[in-house]
Amino acid sequence: MSKGRYGIHGGQYISETLMNELIRLEEAYEHYKKDPEFVAELNKLFNEYAGRPSLLYYAEKMTKDLGGARIYLKREDLNHTGSHKINNVLGQALLAKRMGKTRLIAETGAGQHGVATATAAALLGMECEIFMGKEDTDRQALNVYRMELLGAKVHPVTSGTMTLKDAVNETMREWTNRVNDTHYCLGSVMGPHPFPMIVRDFQSVISREMKEQILKAEGKLPAAVIACVGGGSNAMGAFYNFIEDRDVKLIGCEAAGKGVDTALTAATIATGSLGIFHGMKSYFCQDEYGQIAPVYSISAGLDYPGIGPEHAYLHDIGRAQYVPVTDDEAVDAFEYLARTEGIICAIESAHAVAHALKIARDFGKDESIIINISGRGDKDVAAIARYRGVDIHD
Amino acid sequence: MQDNRFEKNKIKKAFETPNKKAFIAFLTAGDPDADSTVKFVLEMERAGADLIEIGIPFSDPTAEGVVIQDANIRALKNGMTTDGAFEIVRRIREVSQIPLCFMTYCNPVFHYGYDRFFARCEELGVDGIIIPDLPYEEKAEMEEPASAHGVAVISMIAPTSEARIQKTAKEAKGFIYVVSSMGVTGVRSEIKTDLKSIVESIREVTDIPCAIGFGISTPEQAGKMAGVSDGSIVGSAIVKIIAAKGKEAAPDLYAYVKSMKEAVLEA
Repeated sequence: MSKGRYGIHGGQYISETLMNELIRLEEAYEHYKKDPEFVAELNKLFNEYAGRPSLLYYAEKMTKDLGGARIYLKREDLNHTGSHKINNVLGQALLAKRMGKTRLIAETGAGQHGVATATAAALLGMECEIFMGKEDTDRQALNVYRMELLGAKVHPVTSGTMTLKDAVNETMREWTNRVNDTHYCLGSVMGPHPFPMIVRDFQSVISREMKEQILKAEGKLPAAVIACVGGGSNAMGAFYNFIEDRDVKLIGCEAAGKGVDTALTAATIATGSLGIFHGMKSYFCQDEYGQIAPVYSISAGLDYPGIGPEHAYLHDIGRAQYVPVTDDEAVDAFEYLARTEGIICAIESAHAVAHALKIARDFGKDESIIINISGRGDKDVAAIARYRGVDIHD
Repeated sequence: MQDNRFEKNKIKKAFETPNKKAFIAFLTAGDPDADSTVKFVLEMERAGADLIEIGIPFSDPTAEGVVIQDANIRALKNGMTTDGAFEIVRRIREVSQIPLCFMTYCNPVFHYGYDRFFARCEELGVDGIIIPDLPYEEKAEMEEPASAHGVAVISMIAPTSEARIQKTAKEAKGFIYVVSSMGVTGVRSEIKTDLKSIVESIREVTDIPCAIGFGISTPEQAGKMAGVSDGSIVGSAIVKIIAAKGKEAAPDLYAYVKSMKEAVLEA
């Protein structure tokens, strides 16, 4: 069995043209993650540029309203660029620079990863090109303009379903085309090894902080950690340092779209099956001949037909639980959090909030649950207005 | 190919031409429909093609440029499936014994079930399979069931392979697919890679023929590439003709393949 396995999942199912580059990337990562200078520089960027540590906020009104577990929000939305994506991007951009790369390319769904990559490229003086499904450039026009402001070139992808999976396809093609000076700054815990490991490690700062913060606030570990899952990077970051703490429930919320019993869904664990795609063995939404299914979610960031291999493994061994959350539930939760706590979260994160609303009362008042608020919701406001039939002339 | 599981494998016959060089043609199954694919394969054989690669369409062909991506989409829209591709091969085999390889991605084969897929290949006489997202490190899971059914999993070597060239070549079966250039499939005006030294490196460790593909469209390029190797592989240029002429592409395909084959014979 090849490298980068999580049970039967993971691996390196990628073109021969990219294999040596993946090997070099892994070697560079293994070297620099132990290099005190690299670690110090990354931590400095985390703390002084991205605004880490992010707050762990006790949502008192929500807690009282729900009448169950004490609710905490991990505020990744307060990071520079407005989401958890910056954690991974700063790590990879710094690594790429050490490897002598001068150009970053990346896929993006909602635009959060694209914005974060464009930001890191601007900061570190690197060229940047972002691939984004045409449908997503339309529904996230604000983020397209943000990336351009940051000096990146945005390519609308018109192949296939014109969403996140097609953006990944196109970025892989571009990397195959030009690998010498270019690093593919992959945005989630997916793709061929070593990406799922590298992205997880850079995102694991989330659960490292969570653990410290909750112990300080509550004196004990949370009963559950809840995060939304597309490819799964914010969830992997939120889960990672709790995996060995068996009493902490880990719950990933997938985008069910219009419902798992409809074709308009992106809930991979609920509706997918084992497959090999985008460099990894994992679960994918696909048809009887292994054609990747066109998936759907109101959330561009969760609108992906697969899930990272480590999540697939955590599902297999029963360590984490994956639940579907519909568009309707997510939009309700988006509005609930805004009204109740004064926080407009990303529609992606609202999937995690929605599940917390369902289960908060299953826990005692002396227990706590942490919801990872992976990003802020400014980018979604126009789309939510449209969803509610409100015309705000965006 | 000492391995007696490959006794009936026809790939070596593709290279038993007067100058031991092969012209290999690619097309996508079901583009524009199954009847046309059967007809086009036979027409290309008549024009001198020595081996045909039949693409089983995949929704997300990440190694392909726009021309073959579009062919995949057309074929899937027209209802082509893995079983449909097998049916095309069955019909070809009623009248032809030309060496045939499938070209597709990991997932359609994995999802069909490796053993079931390769048993069907053996039954119908498919000689090899080319999978661009299956590098050396991952090939075992597919190669074991494929070999058990006498199907060669074709190894690819790229301009970036460096130290991997000989490791890959030593274990290669059927023929070696040398990728001419960086990037995805598609017509290129110029091929700059030092293919001669890659082929020499391969020759040091194996006698298996190697053919060059990606970017070849003119007889001049086909001749030049076959000159430094054992054959030329052409995909996008053929698919372009099919895209333009649809069901009526046979005469154009015949003329094109004939001109390419002549160039390869003179290499």
